[in-house]
Amino acid sequence: MIEVSGLRKSFKARRKRKVTSVEAVRGVDFAVQRGEIFGFLGPNGAGKTTTLRMLATLIHPDGGDATIAGADLRRSPAQVRERIGFVAQAGGTYGQSTARRDLVHQARMYGSPKSTAKGLAEATIKAFQLDEFADRRNSTYSGGERRRLDIALGVIHSPQVIFLDEPTTGLDPQSRARMWQEVRRLRDQGMTIFLTTHYLDEADALCDRISIIDAGLIVAEGTPSDLKREISGDVIIVDLAASDTAGAPEPAAMLEASKILSDQAYVHSCETIDSTLRLYVDSAATAIPQVMRALSNKEIEPGAIESRRPSLDDVFLAKTGRTLAHR
Amino acid sequence: MKLARDTWLTFQYEAGQLVHNPVSVAVSLLQPITYLLFFTPFLKSVMGASSYGDAYRIYVPSLFVAMGLYSGLFAGFALLAAIRQGVITRFRVTPLSRVGLLLGTELMWVVLVGFQAVIVTVVAFIFGMRLPLISLLLALLLLAMMVLIGVSLSYFLALFVPNQSLLGNLINAVATPIGLLAGILIPLSVAPLWLRDVALWNPFAWAANGMRAIFGGHAGAQVVWEGGVILAGLAAMAVVASSRLFTREIS
Repeated sequence: MIEVSGLRKSFKARRKRKVTSVEAVRGVDFAVQRGEIFGFLGPNGAGKTTTLRMLATLIHPDGGDATIAGADLRRSPAQVRERIGFVAQAGGTYGQSTARRDLVHQARMYGSPKSTAKGLAEATIKAFQLDEFADRRNSTYSGGERRRLDIALGVIHSPQVIFLDEPTTGLDPQSRARMWQEVRRLRDQGMTIFLTTHYLDEADALCDRISIIDAGLIVAEGTPSDLKREISGDVIIVDLAASDTAGAPEPAAMLEASKILSDQAYVHSCETIDSTLRLYVDSAATAIPQVMRALSNKEIEPGAIESRRPSLDDVFLAKTGRTLAHR
Repeated sequence: MKLARDTWLTFQYEAGQLVHNPVSVAVSLLQPITYLLFFTPFLKSVMGASSYGDAYRIYVPSLFVAMGLYSGLFAGFALLAAIRQGVITRFRVTPLSRVGLLLGTELMWVVLVGFQAVIVTVVAFIFGMRLPLISLLLALLLLAMMVLIGVSLSYFLALFVPNQSLLGNLINAVATPIGLLAGILIPLSVAPLWLRDVALWNPFAWAANGMRAIFGGHAGAQVVWEGGVILAGLAAMAVVASSRLFTREIS
């Protein structure tokens, strides 16, 4: 449904009177199947939004090709526009307008005559449960209500593909869960969904397949479970901050502990994140006693030790050397 | 055909926002009405007009030019607000003609300023100004072209200086000399000769001269046609230039 190859975009940035070129997207390839929820996971500034804006015909790519719902992005952007919906992160409504007025107008922009547009608006209001506030000013909506209107506007013409830029950023947990429900409902209706997110749990729970993007390049792609399976075994997190002082440990002590544990045969890799060490091992059950022993031999007392299954953050860490969580 | 439909659609939507928010329209009327009520008495004594009807005949054409110039030029703020709220982006990912989007918005400004001008005329009528309907229509036509020039210029500035406070200063820097050199505050007839020569290059000065002739009962005067031709040419150029701007990337 979406095929992208070698898509690139750089921006001119002015810094200290010098014009430099910043490569926002440095050649990305991916394919999205029909009826799939496909996620672009990455930190802020990774190139997620730039990619999305290129695919939505808002900015011209510097290079590369894309086909969306059978239309060529570079040769026939007008066709692409007819077949897609796009919901920007910032939304896109006047505060003094109302949901109903905006929905009717949106349907008419896609070519519906007035009476059809009114019917479509009414049906969309029902489907997204906007009834309660559809005739109130947009500026009176809660964050979740406004987000639902944004998405309703994006799909009123039943596009084949819908692009959602960070659909749940800034929403409370309840509204987020609701939004996930709406996205799944759209997928069940046969739409293909391409969304960006910097939430690990969102990519994990909502997306059928994800691409991890960092610094303008795709570093991993697959289903969330496949990606996590690449990180075999368990993860052990050793918190070196003493539980009673709550203070950060000495950098020297961190370094020593990291060195000791990296040297252990059963530790595949060891990453330092703030005051914790993240160890990748085959089995946490057998490794934890050995970790304790190795540390106490050097008279290092960890504040806490826990184990868990690998998460997408571990995948991100393994691919980029950085962590996505706690940002 | 699609262009005409999309222009009309955008006009309906943008004008609908105004119709549903009459308070904002009323507020936009405050300034011209205030000038009309408080500036004309000054003018009456300074210019030695024999009656209020005569004073309005002198001042209303200036006020029309000022409204065309300032309302047009401040349209850039509304564009920046629409961009900031993501409305323009939402429109631009639909099949809506981007030129139609621009023309519909410009048309909304023309109609809004036209409406203000009609209200001003009605108030002036109450105070004794008399004008044939055909002259009023001609004046409104000149006004519409001024608004098109002002809005296009303002959009041009707004898209190159996407910063609210800087845009405000820039618009004032542009509007003040144009306004002064159109003689809308002090007539150019009292200006030194070199200043009048400079004003020859100001299309709004031609517009002001044409407007005054119309209100003075000389709708067929040469200066009216000269002003009309200059404004029409400039308005056409402004609309073409700003629609090019609109079909480019806007981020």
